[in-house]
Amino acid sequence: MSGIVCPLPATAEGCIELGHGGGGALTHRLIAGLFRPAFGVSTHPPGEMSPHASAGAPRHDVSGAPLHDLSGAPLHDFSGAPLHDGATLAVGGSRLAFTTDSFVVTPLEFPGGDIGALAVIGTVNDLAMCGARPLSLSAGFILEEGLEIALLRRLAGSMGRAAAAAGVGIVTGDTKVVERGKGDGLYISTAGVGLIPPGVAIGPHFVRPGDAVLVSGDIGRHGIAIMAAREGLGFESPIASDMANLAPAVDALHAAGVAVHCLRDLTRGGLATALVEIATAAGVEVQVDAAAVAVSEPVRGACEILGLDPWYVANEGRMVAFVPAAEAARALAVLRAHPGGADASVIGRVTAAAGPGRVCAATIGGARVLDMLSGEQLPRIC
Amino acid sequence: MKYVDEFHDAASARRLAAAIAARTTRPWTLMEICGGQTHSLLRHGIDQMLPEAITLLHGPGCPVCVTPAMAIDQAIAIAATPGVILCSFGDMLRVPGEADSLLTAKAHGADVRMVYSPLDAVALAAARPEREVVFFAVGFETTAPASAIAVLQAERLGLRNFSLLVAHVLVPPAIEALLAAPDNRVQGFLAAGHVCTVMGDGEYGPIARRHGVPIVVTGFEPLDLLGGILACVDALEAGRATVANAYGRSVRAGGNAPAQAAIRQVFTVVPRTWRGLGEIPASGLALAPAYAEFDAERRFPAAPAVAARASPCISGEILRGRRKPEACPAFATACTPEHPLGPTMVSSEGACAAYHRYRRPVAA
Repeated sequence: MSGIVCPLPATAEGCIELGHGGGGALTHRLIAGLFRPAFGVSTHPPGEMSPHASAGAPRHDVSGAPLHDLSGAPLHDFSGAPLHDGATLAVGGSRLAFTTDSFVVTPLEFPGGDIGALAVIGTVNDLAMCGARPLSLSAGFILEEGLEIALLRRLAGSMGRAAAAAGVGIVTGDTKVVERGKGDGLYISTAGVGLIPPGVAIGPHFVRPGDAVLVSGDIGRHGIAIMAAREGLGFESPIASDMANLAPAVDALHAAGVAVHCLRDLTRGGLATALVEIATAAGVEVQVDAAAVAVSEPVRGACEILGLDPWYVANEGRMVAFVPAAEAARALAVLRAHPGGADASVIGRVTAAAGPGRVCAATIGGARVLDMLSGEQLPRIC
Repeated sequence: MKYVDEFHDAASARRLAAAIAARTTRPWTLMEICGGQTHSLLRHGIDQMLPEAITLLHGPGCPVCVTPAMAIDQAIAIAATPGVILCSFGDMLRVPGEADSLLTAKAHGADVRMVYSPLDAVALAAARPEREVVFFAVGFETTAPASAIAVLQAERLGLRNFSLLVAHVLVPPAIEALLAAPDNRVQGFLAAGHVCTVMGDGEYGPIARRHGVPIVVTGFEPLDLLGGILACVDALEAGRATVANAYGRSVRAGGNAPAQAAIRQVFTVVPRTWRGLGEIPASGLALAPAYAEFDAERRFPAAPAVAARASPCISGEILRGRRKPEACPAFATACTPEHPLGPTMVSSEGACAAYHRYRRPVAA
């Protein structure tokens, strides 16, 4: 093929494709097959606590700290510990949650948000999913030559406002500029630390048969909003991103005395991928009732037209929560009282411990097993 | 949501399934033409509601599945030409040709873009006069009108840098070819509702009469599918080889006249090779002589033949309804949606992709 240059030698392994960043099966393969071995991380049996949980000293080495996410998808856990949204570090007598995230969204400003606020909220949400109160963030900026200063000023202002609203400081950062054509205007890379209150223990390995599964609101808004903005789809009803800080809702669950077993924010890969990840990491069977999951009319309409499944569409302000069945009603009331939570619902339950773990959805004619997103969701042809 | 929710009602679905069971007195083998129908059947578990005596075979109505590997390799070669932007529908980008897919070509540096409409490619050509924009036009009668309108739009705008690589195919000749095969098992067809929305159902009467099979125009929601199956079983039990329309809310007998006119103006009917089915006479569209200037095959040299990789893929058998995805030794092992060995594992319309998503065996 003339005119095509692959930056890597053409091997049987091929090149990175967009699907490797989709947060689904390809992303997982990259982590398990490439990053983990390269970082010399041993695999721990599922269900075992992270090795760093018992460490007495601060740990910043890769081997002790499950690194998080290059793609925006949750569970870039390199450590082999139960997959989760961030690492837990024992520091003195306290437990710190530590996470990192990168933001490469186009367009930089979209209905319902922008890349600046998204960087703050996405990082804060990852900390909240560890049960942590977010404390401080770092922000690294990769700016493309030619980016308008006025736009950067708007985005930085948006970041500042989002951080103030979330009660976190952006305390350190870094700026690099790349040549025109080598970036989409602006990429932001963040890290975040938070403090896990005593007694809070959240992660897939705490999921138990009988647990109720809740979703904190209607799904699919962010992915459709971005797609509509990026492709100029011009739907009749404008769809805004669901981008929202989930930490207050997590706080409220704890304040209400709900013993939360596991949380996961729904980012790329959507609800289905998050459920499959948790079921797999916890080794349980989860049964969900598709009809119980709220999807707004505009999102359903867009998905119908494009041939997308809203269960696999990205969100930035929704989470799933696994809680003891007896506390499901209380948890639901708490979630519904939060902004964006009016459509929160109990969508299913953990039925049994089941080897490799799986998620079953009831259908009109029977049940089907849900799969992770494979590659990118692409619109159908007809 | 209007026109969706009422066709998902579980109680009505059970009533229809019961009616099908009551009407069925002996084994019948039906084929749903469209891959969208296959996915809906499996996604909603409709096949599990049917009596044992009803066998559903999955048809060739997956546009990316039947696009020949040679056409994909041609698209990849064009995409590799400096200065070219190659556009197509999202699903098409993942399907492997003899060796690679357009997404692989993109990862290797080719400018390959997903568009939602051929008109987006025309707009791109207008905005980037220094680039050659090629739209890889695939699909059935459903997508052909949009391709035709894109050509008319490019002509109106006087664009010299826009062309189509045409691989459009037509459904009725494929049904005819399946029925004419000596080992045909199909006794009744569920015709593809959206194709009929464009073309009407007039082409199916002669086929039904010639081959003695009922053909029922069928939609895509659970109740549409059950209604179509009931109408087809009813016709089979009564010995009627007729055409019925079970998708009346979308399909008119005459179809969409302006869309048909656009197809007739821009395209001409030609023989076409279908992946898995071979060459079928008068089963494809090519640009009519008056629009030949928009033909990418005249603008770019023919791609050198790409050596096929040895593959256990049985997608040809699957597209003809001879075997089911689970019968393939590579299914869900060597062949997965992330690394498809054949076209039927790609797309929201491929039969193997449907089985992988909804019926993959999972150890309990």
